[in-house]
Amino acid sequence: MGLDNMDSGSSDIVSSVSPNWLTTKLDFLVNWGRSNSLWPMPFGTACCAIEFMATAASRYDIARFGMERMSFSPRQADVLLCAGRLPYKLAPVIRRIYDQMPQPKWVISMGACASSGGIFDTYSMVQGIDTIVPVDVYVPGCPPRPEGLLYGILMLHKKIRGETLADASLRDEKELDDSGLIMPASLMDELAEPFGNSIHQTRSE
Amino acid sequence: MNQSVDALRARFGEAIQDHHVSCGDTYVYVDADKVYEILNWLKEEPGQEYDYLVDVTAVEYRDPEPPLEVVYELFSHPRKVPLRLKAKLEKEGDLEIDSVVSIWHGADWLEREVFDMFGIKFRNHPDLRRILMWETYDEGYPLRKDFPLRGRFSRSEQVRRVLKGNPETNYSVEEISIAKDNTSIPDDMRQRLLRGESGNIPDSASEADRV
Repeated sequence: MGLDNMDSGSSDIVSSVSPNWLTTKLDFLVNWGRSNSLWPMPFGTACCAIEFMATAASRYDIARFGMERMSFSPRQADVLLCAGRLPYKLAPVIRRIYDQMPQPKWVISMGACASSGGIFDTYSMVQGIDTIVPVDVYVPGCPPRPEGLLYGILMLHKKIRGETLADASLRDEKELDDSGLIMPASLMDELAEPFGNSIHQTRSE
Repeated sequence: MNQSVDALRARFGEAIQDHHVSCGDTYVYVDADKVYEILNWLKEEPGQEYDYLVDVTAVEYRDPEPPLEVVYELFSHPRKVPLRLKAKLEKEGDLEIDSVVSIWHGADWLEREVFDMFGIKFRNHPDLRRILMWETYDEGYPLRKDFPLRGRFSRSEQVRRVLKGNPETNYSVEEISIAKDNTSIPDDMRQRLLRGESGNIPDSASEADRV
């Protein structure tokens, strides 16, 4: 079959099924589109970023989930993916990147350090990026394997599929309140308390 | 033992305190007041020629009595010889010592790091600012033994202060002045570097308003 025949053949097929239409729920359609074309804003600061790169490369291939288009500009990104530890010096940077991302937007916290400070319970390290920006999915691990990150991404897909356009509050900007924080100070202190082995690291107190 | 020790004693006498050899490395303790003179001599004197300053760092010991030590790690490329000098600074004192930037330009950032982490001030340093921590950081000097591991402020206060600052404060005056002179960078970037997005570099954390 030559190219000449293709034209007439394909138009035959189109005309045989036109007009194209289908019925569905708007929420389903929108969430299907959003969850299957999440453009990540990679915020890689440490070894988790290496695992993230492995996830993006051919063996694990996040193109399967419509995420191969890394958005190094926050203004064209859907999901902020913090891969690695976040020092206080970078906290205003990730906050500004988050502020610059348009709605709808989500945040994945990849690895122990981004989620809780990890082993770095020190003066220079943010104890969980959820004290700076709201987080949707936490991926545990040090660093997480690509499978772990993919599982987290699929959990985010599931979360997105459960959203509805009727609830506009889902798209509210979570801005800093009058105290300059995203949560009450007492709650943040509680979240950032030492846990596990690090409660014994009190030599200089 | 490194034969520079005898040469140092012959040249500077009392300014050279004790010395010892450990694991093949020669340690020489010198008067903090004479550091500039001694290091300059070690670099310029024929037969010494320590032309490379490997590192400047400092030590504070766990016990409260021993003084702080500023450590100079030297290496002579022509002679392939290392030498380690230490100068003691009493904790109760001013914690000041002469800068060696005019001898080795590479000491610039090394001394800034020592200042940032230990609070030791280097006299005649051209640009003594914090280098690892941001410039408005005011919890103290993290590697001092009296500094709590998790910082002086509560976590919420640390977050509040850091979010109040704006990222442009991390540009140095030099980087901003490059923006003024360089015409090859895009205009909007030059403007942003010149101003910062919210104005000039604040003098202190209280003036650093978030955008």
